[in-house]
This record gives sequence, structure tokens and C-alpha cells, in this order.
Amino acid sequence: MGDTPPDPEPRPQQPSSRRSSQVSQRRSRELSHLPPTISEEVPRIAFDDRVLQSGQGILASQNNFQDWSSGPPLTQQENLTMFQAEEDQLGGVEYPSLNMGFQPQPYLEEGGIQAARNTSLMQPLQQGQGSLFQQLNSAYLETQPNFLGQFNMYQGEDLQFNQGAPHGPYMRDDPALQYSPSELGFMPFNVEVPEPEPRELAVQNAKAYLLQTSVSCSLSLYEHLVNLLTKILNQRPEDPLSLLESLNRTTQWEWFHPRLDTMRDDPELEPTYETADRQKGLFLRSGAAGEGEQEMEEEVAETAVPNVMETAFYFEQAGVALSSDESFRIFMALKQLVEQQPIHTCRFWGKVLGLSRSYLVAEVEFREGEEEGEEEEVEEPMEGGEGLDAHAEEEGEEDEEEVTDVIPKPMWKPPPVIPKEESRSGTNKYLYFVCNEPGRPWTRLPHVTPIQIVQARKIRKFFTGYLDAPVISFPPFPGNEASYLRAQIARISAATHISPLGFYQFGEEEGDEEEGGAGRDSYEENPDFEGIPVLELVDSMANWVHHTQHILPQGRCTWVNPLQKTEEEEELGEEEEKADEGLEDMEQEVGPPLLTPLSEDAEIMHMSPWTAHLSCSLCPQYSVAVMRSNLWPGAYAYASGKKFENIYIGWGHKYSPENFNPPLPAPIQHEYPSSPEVMEMTDPTVEEEQALKAAQEQALAASEEEEEDEEEDEDEDLED
Amino acid sequence: MDAESLLLSLELASGSGQGLSPDRRASLLTSLTLLKRDYRYDRVLFWGRILGLVADYYIAQGLSEDQLAPRKTLYSLNCMEWSLLPPATEDMVVQTSVVKGRFMGDPSHEYEHTELQKMSEGEKVFEEEVVVQIKEETRLVSVIDQIDKAVAVIPRGALFKTPFGPIHVNRTFEGLSLSEAKKLSSYFHFREPVELKNKTLLEKADLDPSLDFMDSLEHDIPKGSWSIQMERGNTLVVLRSLLWPGLTFFHAPRTKNCGYIYVGTGEKNIDLPFML
Repeated sequence: MGDTPPDPEPRPQQPSSRRSSQVSQRRSRELSHLPPTISEEVPRIAFDDRVLQSGQGILASQNNFQDWSSGPPLTQQENLTMFQAEEDQLGGVEYPSLNMGFQPQPYLEEGGIQAARNTSLMQPLQQGQGSLFQQLNSAYLETQPNFLGQFNMYQGEDLQFNQGAPHGPYMRDDPALQYSPSELGFMPFNVEVPEPEPRELAVQNAKAYLLQTSVSCSLSLYEHLVNLLTKILNQRPEDPLSLLESLNRTTQWEWFHPRLDTMRDDPELEPTYETADRQKGLFLRSGAAGEGEQEMEEEVAETAVPNVMETAFYFEQAGVALSSDESFRIFMALKQLVEQQPIHTCRFWGKVLGLSRSYLVAEVEFREGEEEGEEEEVEEPMEGGEGLDAHAEEEGEEDEEEVTDVIPKPMWKPPPVIPKEESRSGTNKYLYFVCNEPGRPWTRLPHVTPIQIVQARKIRKFFTGYLDAPVISFPPFPGNEASYLRAQIARISAATHISPLGFYQFGEEEGDEEEGGAGRDSYEENPDFEGIPVLELVDSMANWVHHTQHILPQGRCTWVNPLQKTEEEEELGEEEEKADEGLEDMEQEVGPPLLTPLSEDAEIMHMSPWTAHLSCSLCPQYSVAVMRSNLWPGAYAYASGKKFENIYIGWGHKYSPENFNPPLPAPIQHEYPSSPEVMEMTDPTVEEEQALKAAQEQALAASEEEEEDEEEDEDEDLED
Repeated sequence: MDAESLLLSLELASGSGQGLSPDRRASLLTSLTLLKRDYRYDRVLFWGRILGLVADYYIAQGLSEDQLAPRKTLYSLNCMEWSLLPPATEDMVVQTSVVKGRFMGDPSHEYEHTELQKMSEGEKVFEEEVVVQIKEETRLVSVIDQIDKAVAVIPRGALFKTPFGPIHVNRTFEGLSLSEAKKLSSYFHFREPVELKNKTLLEKADLDPSLDFMDSLEHDIPKGSWSIQMERGNTLVVLRSLLWPGLTFFHAPRTKNCGYIYVGTGEKNIDLPFML
């Protein structure tokens, strides 16, 4: 392609045909100013041209960019490789090493006539990203003075370009589409500028247009396209044309969102790091004074922490489980709970999903005699009563000033409060702890009261994930989300905790007959339990039994007559005390006794309440029996050999085939019945009042007249 | 969820508690690959599992090049043998809307529904009770279609639209950032847009036509029918639908992993407004 450029004097160059003679003449003068750099620039120009004109130039430009990105001082090697690549195409031109550092200087020395353009050029340079344009310009600077000669050379080169280089879809000579080094405004100090050729000018204008930057952004289209092409060439994706738009968008985005340097933390990831730190605490052993071995021994001994991983494994066979790492974290969290609280037995009850957060629930039993601490017992059941009371009072007259009118007492009395069950019995047999995420502290849920269970049966609300959130519903739920959660947990436990027949048996102390309407409420493990074959477990419902007490409609497991004034819990039959208020006699509520088989469970719309299946039908000899509840979707139980377990993962609601119908509001209360003390009369109408007033005035006037008459008479009398 | 990343997706979606047992997973991996070969699908999705009383249906969907074209749905009872389901039609949806309750799990089961139909004989018009038999397969098709139309989710930027028409998977999708991932507006319904044309011009001006060509989840009615949570220590965004409980969508921000799965009874939660 060009001859080797030995000296700054006229040298065969291949500038683009678009260059104006004027510019080249200017350059020639500049060249004379800067002889040493010429030799470096010339080959630059040569292949720069080719870059612009032919598709293969992209390779060169890429090399150029890489050069630029390494900073102004380029290594010789890079230049050489670049040059050599071009050499094949160019046909053996020597390319001495290039010192890029020189290149900015000419610009500055020029005085930067078009300052804007200069700055735009300088920026990429500073950022280390090459701009083809820059190189071209720098090269441009050093072109030979013999422009005409260059033209000739260029013409010759044109043919070579056409043959050797793959072209894009656009015509090479189209000034609007092709990039070309535009003028940098190298106004030499003494100018004799020849007329630029129109095509050259058009090309320069096009490039100038592409290079312009706006006030809002310092990136010109030219540079963006350069970045885009670089990226494509670096990454070499398949089928780049189909990706072009996306890559375009990504490149733009990257320009405006540079990667943060390593010294600064990404603010978005802060919460993630915090959580990770917290969970890290789970995994660290609570190192107490370096008693490594002793701790190990203690831990190997019986601990209350359940084998969550084993349970998770079996449930995974059944197709229901949290992922294994989450199970392990739950395991560590339970271990933490056991260490913090005096716990006798502990079990992972399940996970209740919520709107913003979910709950992990652990069912624990405290050691004997442990104080269970105070619970904040807000008088929630009374609120409903008080509200109605106040309402009733408003119905009556509120004349407090009139002492004569006594406010009638409302006739409504709130229903008697049913006492909650004792700890460790009935619905409150176990204590429940919840946490939102492994690593967060466990919160204890309060004991459940019967009224809460009764109300929970009537409403259907999602859990939000925050324990102190109010439960806004009708009928109003007496409590916040913690109580509602506790009530649902109680209902789910009572309905879906099942075990294989024979695993539990009744203790020996209790008599055979049921006493006083209260069934046996305790059971113990059967040491002779042999395990039921899995196939039998799946076939028949009678092989499973409930081992939690059924909750009566009253809200308790053992029935209590609320009319009883005494503190005794168990009463037989009907009580007629305090019936003068009109309340009906309470009938004792009876529920199925403990350890009832599942076959006795009520059907839901002709649908069996439980679905049983083997975990794996392909290998029945090793599979486990899985029971899935249809009444409480999300409740599962598995049994295999001598092991069984229950779990609940779900939203916490019962399945109901009909739609949920909230109860209608109560009917409007009657007003007070009329009695001698409270008599309601209609107010007089306006006419009546006016008539009365007129009559009164008349009477008054009449009486005045009479008085006057009398006075007159008296006066007359006196006068007489 | 994509069949290619089945195991990872199942792991990420397991926060809802529903997953697959190992034998099912293994069979799925094999059979979905075979499905792709046999039916020449571009992408095969494991749609989920519908729990029936007796057995469960495993559903897979096959997509062609155009991601929003109607999908082919297949079902299987044992994750090995798949049967193609007919495409859903309006009639089917109407017909099966009267059926309530759980799925039986037997595809040949027929629900009986008595309805009054006006029959006219000559000049007399009288009503007669007609017992209509509805096959469970029809119900399955319409339920899957309803769920897809209502709650199938895809994050913004995962698909892009070309001027030539078809909608492609965006191979340069790097995932949503954490702040975007917590907003409902970054997720779209994976179906033909319905409400897009109702937007005001002002709103449309901010949209990017190659990315924002589907309805966003923001304007779903009732408001609040999506539960959006961060799980796994803030590294995973999980969206759960409250309208069709059982649908879980997961996405790991800043990565490409995303997908949805439905494991549930196939019943709509009509009580949703009471429950919020």
C-alpha cells in the first residue's frame, strides 16, 4: 500500500478521497512542524482509511481501541501486531511503533479551533477508550503535503480496497453513511486553503454530525457506535444481528452506569449482606471458653432439637418440602431457640405464608415447672361487649342534665366469657414460637382463648407477616395477627395432626369409661409399636388416628359451662342456674375422642378429607406413605416404618367448597319500649307551635288589658 | 419454568413448600427432553402440577419461536407419558365454569351438571332439565388457560419485540436490579396485552415499545392480589398469586434465573376481596 515513509517530505499516502486538498495542505504544514511523529502517523492513516472504508477495518479499529484503552503510551508490540494485521491487507508497509502520546499534543498545539470537538475527542482518550476518530485525526495531521500525490495513490488503492475488503451494504462513496476523519479544525496560522471537494465536505459534515455531543450527555453517537462494535467483537455472540438492539441498549446503559469501584459497597445489596451476616451467626458455634470437646459430647447426647433434615428428606420424597438449604437453616434456627429457652421437646410445625413475610413456626414444650412468663392479656373479648354497650346507650337519651330522667339501663348483656384452657392442656398443650426468617429472633405466641378460635372460624384473612398487624374483619376479631395466627395454628393442629394407628396409646391410669363428658386427653408413646406396612397405610384410612384433641364449637377441647359460677371445669348435663336472664340452657358439647381414626372424619361434599398415596410408585418397597389433607390444603403427614411426622406449609386457611360469606351485620336494635318513665311523644309541628304562641300572646294581651282596665278603674275610682 | 434449568428452578421455587419428589424430577428431565425432540418445540416449560383427589396432573407447555404465540399444553399422570391437550376455546371456559370442587385426577371422569334448557317443540316452549356431561379434560384445559391468562408472569426485559413481529427471548437479559425487583411494575403478564391500549398517551410516552409490550402486574384488580417477598436472605424475589393460590414466580435479581410454577388444586380463590 504505501511506501515506507522515510521522511516527512512528500510521501505516498492513501488518504481518503474525501479529504480536501485544503486540509491536506494544512496538514502538510503541520507535518513540517512535527517531523518525528510523521513516520508513526502515516501508516496509521493508511490503515485508518481502510478501516473506514472496508468492513475489515473493524478489526483494525478494535486493535486501535485496545491501543487507546491502554493509555496514551502504547507498547510497541501492540502496534506491531496491529500493523502486521494490516500489513497483509496493505501489502507490506512498514509500521514503526507508534507513540500515541504525541497525538493529543498536536491538537492542543493547533489551538483547538473547534474546542467542542476537541473536548469530545479528549474525553474518550482520557477514559481510555479509543476513538477511531482520534487516531484518524492524528493521522490526518501528519499527512503529506502532496495532496495530489496522495490522491493519486488513493485512487490506486481504491481498486485494492474494492477487491480485498468486504463492504457493508452501503456504498463506499456515499458521503452520508461513511465515516471519515473530519476536519478537526486544524487551522494553521497561515492558511492558503484550497476549495474542498463537495464529496469530501459532505463526508466531513456527516462525521462532524455524528461526533456532536449535546449538553445533556457527553457521549456522541460516533463513540457509542464504536463502543457497541467493540463490545460485539469482544463478546462474539451468535447471530449478532438479532441481538443488535439489546446490545445497543445495554451499551448505552453501561455508559451511564459505570461499575462501582471496589472501594464502595453497592447500596442496593446492603440488606442482602445484613441478612447474610445474621445467618452467619447461626452457623457459628456458640464458643464458650473453648470447651470444644465437652460441647460436642453434650450435643451428641439427647437434645430437644428435632432432626429436621431427616424430616425434610422424607417430605421431599413425598413432594412437599422446603429446599434443603432452607431446611438446614431452619434446623440451625431451632437449635438456637433450644439454647435460648428452657425447652423440653421441640418440633418444626411448619411454615405459614404471608403477604409480605412468612412465618416459621416451632412447636415446643417447656420443661416441667418452668415459668412461662407473663403474657399480655388484653381484655379483647370485652371490647366487643363494650362497643355494643356504648351503642346501646346512645340509643337512649343522653340528657345528663335532667336528673328527672334516668337513663334506662340497656338490656343487653355480653355473653359470658369462656375461660381459656390451662397451659399444657387442650388447645394450649404446646407453646408456639414464630420467626420470619432463620436468623431472626423467635417470638412467642400467646395462648389461645376460646373466643379467638370461635371468631377465627368465622373470618378468612391473609396473614401479612407482621405479628402486630391488626386483623380488620367482620365479625371483629379479638386480637391482632399474633392471636389470629395462634388460633389458626390451633385449628390446624387439631384437625390434621395424625399418626399411624398404634403409635400412641392411652395411658394405663385412666379408666376405660369416659368420665364426665371429657375424654382422655393424654396419650403416650407405645413402646411396642411395630410399624404398619406402607401399603396398608395408604389403603385404609383406619390406620391413621388423630392424636390431638378436637376443638369443640365452644372453642375449647374440654367443655366448660360458662354459666357456672364456680371454678369447676367439668359439669354434667344441663345447668339451670342463672337462667332468669333468658339464656337457654347450655348443652354439653361433645367431640370425637382422642385417637379417633381418620375414617371417622367428616366428608367435604362427598370428597374424602384425606388423600393418600405412596411417595414413589416406581419403587414401592422403599417409599413412604403420604397423607395429604383436603380440608386444610398444605397439611401433610408421612409415615414409614416406625417414623412419622406432620407438617404444614400453606396459607393457613381451611378449604371450603362454597364461597366465603361474611356474616351480615346484626339487626338494628330496638329502641326503648314506652313506659311511664320513658314516654316518647311527637314534637309539635311548626303550625301548632305558632298557634300556641299566638294563643299565649293573646292571653297575655288579654290579661294586660284586664290589668289596665283594672288600673284604669282603680284610677278612676281614685280620681273619683 | 424452563426445562433446561429445571432443577435449579425447582429449588428456587420451593419456598412455597411445593416441589417434586426425586423420582418425578428425574422422569421429568428425561421426558421433557424427549418432548422437545418429538414435537420440535423451541422451548419446553414445566408448567406445574394440579392436585387431584386420586392422582395429580403434571402439565408441560411447549413454545415455538414466537414467545407469545399460543402454546401447546401437554399433561401426564406419571411424568413420562405425555398427552397433548386441545387448545382452549371460549366455549370450554364457559362450559366448565359451572363445575366446582377439586379435580378428581382421572382424565376420563365426567362431571354431571344439570341445567335448565329451553326446548321448543313446535310452538311450545318449555324448560327441561338436561344433564350435561363435562369431561375433566375439558376442565383441565380451561383451568390451565385461565391461570395462564391471569397470572403467568415474566419480568420486564426478558422478552423483546422486533419490528418484524415475533417476540424473542432477550439473550442479553441480565436480570432486574434489586430495587426494580421489588416493584410490581417490573413484571408483566405473559400473554397478549389487554390493557395496553387503554393507557393514556402520557403513560405510553414513557414506555419502550420493544420491551413494554405486555400488561404490567401493577394494575391488577383487586389491588394487592400479588404477594411479593424476598426469600433466602434477600437474594430471591418470590411473587405468589393470591387469586390462584399455588402459583409461585421466582426471580434471582441480577441473574437470568426466573420462572413460574403452579402447584395447587386448580381452583380460583374467589374470596380474595374478603381476605385482603
